[in-house]
Amino acid sequence: MSPADTAKPAKAASKAASKSAPKKVAKAKTAVPKVKKTEPKVKKTEPKAKKAVAKTRKAVAPQFKAGQSLDIDDQQITVGKSFSDNAKMTMRNIDVYYGDKQAIHDVSIDIAKNEVMAMIGPSGCGKSTFLRTLNRMNDTVEGCRVEGDICMDGENLYAPKLDVVELRARVGMVFQKPNPFPKSIYENVAYGPKIHGLADSRVDLDEIVENSLRKASLWEEVKERLHQPGTGLSGGQQQRLCIARAIAVSPEVILMDEPCSALDPIATAKIEELIEELSENFTIAIVTHSMQQAARVSHRTAYFHLGKLIEVNPTEQVFTMPEHQLTEAYITGRFG
Amino acid sequence: MNKSADNLSKIKRSLTRRNRAEARFQWYGRVAIFIGLAAVAVLFIDIIGKGHGAFQATYIKLNVSYDQDLLGIENLSDPEQLMMGNWDAVPKVALREKFTDVSGRRDKRRLNGLLSNGAGFDLKDRLLANPQLLNTTESIWLLADDDIDTYYKSWLDGEAYAARLSDKQVVWIDQLHEQGLIRLQLNTNLFTRGDSREPEQAGIRGAVMGSLLTLVLTLILSFPIGVSAAIYLEEFAPKNKWTDFIEVNINNLAAVPSIIFGLLGLAIFINFFHVPRSVPIVGGLVLTLMTLPTIIITSRAAIKSVPPSIREAALGMGASKYQMVLHHVLPLALPGMLTGAIIGMAQALGETAPLLMIGMVAFIVDIPGSFTDPATVLPVQIFLWADSPERAFIEKTSAAIMVLLSFLIIMNTSAVWLRKRLERRW
Repeated sequence: MSPADTAKPAKAASKAASKSAPKKVAKAKTAVPKVKKTEPKVKKTEPKAKKAVAKTRKAVAPQFKAGQSLDIDDQQITVGKSFSDNAKMTMRNIDVYYGDKQAIHDVSIDIAKNEVMAMIGPSGCGKSTFLRTLNRMNDTVEGCRVEGDICMDGENLYAPKLDVVELRARVGMVFQKPNPFPKSIYENVAYGPKIHGLADSRVDLDEIVENSLRKASLWEEVKERLHQPGTGLSGGQQQRLCIARAIAVSPEVILMDEPCSALDPIATAKIEELIEELSENFTIAIVTHSMQQAARVSHRTAYFHLGKLIEVNPTEQVFTMPEHQLTEAYITGRFG
Repeated sequence: MNKSADNLSKIKRSLTRRNRAEARFQWYGRVAIFIGLAAVAVLFIDIIGKGHGAFQATYIKLNVSYDQDLLGIENLSDPEQLMMGNWDAVPKVALREKFTDVSGRRDKRRLNGLLSNGAGFDLKDRLLANPQLLNTTESIWLLADDDIDTYYKSWLDGEAYAARLSDKQVVWIDQLHEQGLIRLQLNTNLFTRGDSREPEQAGIRGAVMGSLLTLVLTLILSFPIGVSAAIYLEEFAPKNKWTDFIEVNINNLAAVPSIIFGLLGLAIFINFFHVPRSVPIVGGLVLTLMTLPTIIITSRAAIKSVPPSIREAALGMGASKYQMVLHHVLPLALPGMLTGAIIGMAQALGETAPLLMIGMVAFIVDIPGSFTDPATVLPVQIFLWADSPERAFIEKTSAAIMVLLSFLIIMNTSAVWLRKRLERRW
């Protein structure tokens, strides 16, 4: 306990200093305390972790030198294959702060085209926060600040001239709790196309609604009652309605924030099936608490721990031969 | 084993204690509710007991003749002649024909005092509506004077109050009663006339219209302003010390004594902007100032109660903040806002003090027809009547209170109904 306590003031001081300094310099300055403060924190949850971190840092360092030509900070502790040649979204050195509290530390990762990227990790590890930076939903949170570069197809999402409305039409989102509008099923799905002016006529709109509901494999269940309230559906149907609503504007990326955590196993299975189908047309990033779900639906899995990205690897590898000891500890159920 | 048995007996003992404490606690609540209900019941019983009489008025049946010579008019369509006509003579003559044995000035005056001094004008209205009655005779119920009214009602109740009457008048009323020529009728004057110095002719129509005009203006002004302010503060304004400061001040405004708003209205609207005094415009403006904080506070609460998941859903779909508010937050918050507005209006309807400061306490006989006509409002009318010395105004006051309370009950019930009806579950 005591090392953590003593480490904190030092951290605060170094951060205060780094705020005013230019970014590159700041990184160098904070470099030393950054690693140090990880150790006591990890120690709290997992006694073996201290050694593990030290060990992996040694083990990982050569791999970074050999593997990637991308701009990698030497304090990067992420192991595995974070980057992709066919990237849809590229995130570099992302830091997210809530007021003075840093929630995400220096995360760099790519999400490839048409891949399903699962983000797992213990509660409060920042995976949802990270997901929400991808469509700037964090803008709505008071005191939230995002640093670093997030690009989609090479376009910076945090560029001042970029309109979030346009961004969110391109990056759809499905939330943890099914949240259909208290309107009819039809209006729920038609809302996005309507506000973005995607449909030229009523017939167009009907078609979009039908297609979206079909893609969300909900059409057969609701085609008879399109004009009844969406809130009257079951939980699983509501979540699929939300997915239909998200894909109605034909986004390029769909973000899913624990989409099945409020659903029963059968509804979950349907959504998982759906995710697989959707990955043919969309790029999907999904945050999940269920490791089995990540194993079932995703192509690559990213493991977050205390606001840091620990490991990114093909899903199979993460669940069979994790590179990092923390990942292994988590997937074998030793904490989290 | 022994220990768990011991624990069990301890739990049992503490359980009876806990149960007793809970029962006591429930009784406190019941007693509190009983006290509240009893207070309301006493209020209602007292007011209804005093005021129910006002919905009836005493009328006396007489044979009146619309004699052209007596009236002194030849042409009913000539306004000047109508104005100069001796309308009072008609009921006086009718009375004298009824009681032929009355002589002497004093007795004649007392005899005339049986009827309201507005009886002649009632006959004028009747004649104008039915011109063919000129120079004919008919038997008609005429409004009695307020003292007669008070006496007759109290006499019917078995506790005759004759202090304002002469012995002869009592005898005449007795005679009329025996002949079935005096009775109580529904008091239509109460609902169709404006204020009057004569209690039997006074009505609340003017005050009700004044209240209505004032409230319409208050609603038109305060609802949009209040809702806009609430939406901006809740959804758009940054949360910083300025918005905190504004919030504190809005709450302060809700607690400012209403008379101060009256003074403010007097200083700003009347003295500075020269809005005419005593008119519903200035009353509406002052009540708007008073109602705004209520509407802002309730609207903000209604907006806050819209679940954040709906906001996220809308924003996640790429709705702009404006679209999110307009399409989703506002429809869901509207029932709460309307409830707040109705409660605010109910408060404004019952407000008296600020209106005293802006001249809406004037004695106004004419029923206001527009926002710029001098008017008074119901609670001020109650204040005025309660202040009047005539005994007959006691029941008028209570009757006006009953009307005001029934408006308030209707408004508050509709607020509850609206909330239940429009409330959506998610």
